[in-house]
Amino acid sequence: MEENVPIEKKVLSENDKLAAAIREMLAERKILALNLVSSPGSGKTSLLERTLKTLGDRLNMVLIAGDVQTENDAQRLMRAGGRMVRPIVTGGACHLDAKMVTRVLDDLDLTGTDVLFIENVGNLVCPSSYDLGEDMKVVLISTTEGDDKPLKYPAMFRRSSVFVINKIDLLGQSDFELAQVKENARQINGNLTTFEVSCRTGEGLQAWYQWLEDQVALKKGIRPTGL
Amino acid sequence: MHELSIAREIIAIVDAEMEKGHFDRVKAIHLRIGALSGVDPEALTFGFEAATMDTRLGGAKLVIQQVPVRANCRACGHEFTVEDLVFLCPQCQSIDVDVTQGQEMLIDHLVVD
Repeated sequence: MEENVPIEKKVLSENDKLAAAIREMLAERKILALNLVSSPGSGKTSLLERTLKTLGDRLNMVLIAGDVQTENDAQRLMRAGGRMVRPIVTGGACHLDAKMVTRVLDDLDLTGTDVLFIENVGNLVCPSSYDLGEDMKVVLISTTEGDDKPLKYPAMFRRSSVFVINKIDLLGQSDFELAQVKENARQINGNLTTFEVSCRTGEGLQAWYQWLEDQVALKKGIRPTGL
Repeated sequence: MHELSIAREIIAIVDAEMEKGHFDRVKAIHLRIGALSGVDPEALTFGFEAATMDTRLGGAKLVIQQVPVRANCRACGHEFTVEDLVFLCPQCQSIDVDVTQGQEMLIDHLVVD
């Protein structure tokens, strides 16, 4: 006989459980965790390279670099001075999930760590569904992409807290309008902290570094300077 | 396309329910999928059918109820349906709004035999 069985369960409840455990562990250790998301080629690895080179002496950073194939990004980050870099090669999967991150974190000694960066797989759709236990998602787009991307990928922009617009040194070389992309992003998420940077020239990165140091201080319960 | 991964999560949950509930056949799985969940219903159905072919869930139907996006204004407290992805309070024009509905991805119930 046919009957209804109520379930009322989140499809990703297993992932969410693991993400909650990661978040709790990082909170205990007062480690700031940022999940970097973007299309392929927007500059996630470049932003992290710059950040390592500039803040490497002041902040203890752990980096997890997710890639569909190859460990190229992880190698770039090590060359940029990253002491704790771990690759996750998903072997085709289009996103990182909390289980993959848990496996990596279980093998790491996080003593003294200030920041955990998780560089997600380049993709603005799938990673939006998977909580990795981060404090914030940082979404990047570059000026060689369409300025309507926030409207095309609202799930990701809505879940992000920080918006980095990269490759501003190339403004004027394409139809990308800075004012337009910011307006589009604001329509989806009015609370985004926005940075306009060039990871090639370094322009605009000072504000990003300052923000990052302030967030690390806040996570540790210290009132940051200048706030 | 992560809908195949999502389909596998659904299958794992339903499999566990089948063990627990001692029923042999699932005719339908009713889902509630938010418009802002990041999941495409059509791709999910395709992924589910591919992943259940020749298993005991083969032939089970995915019934997807799409849930519209709703938000709550932090400034004036007004609750509204988000139309055309404009996250702006229609009452006071504030952009400081919390999404209250539309990000979810839930298994609501099963129809079993």
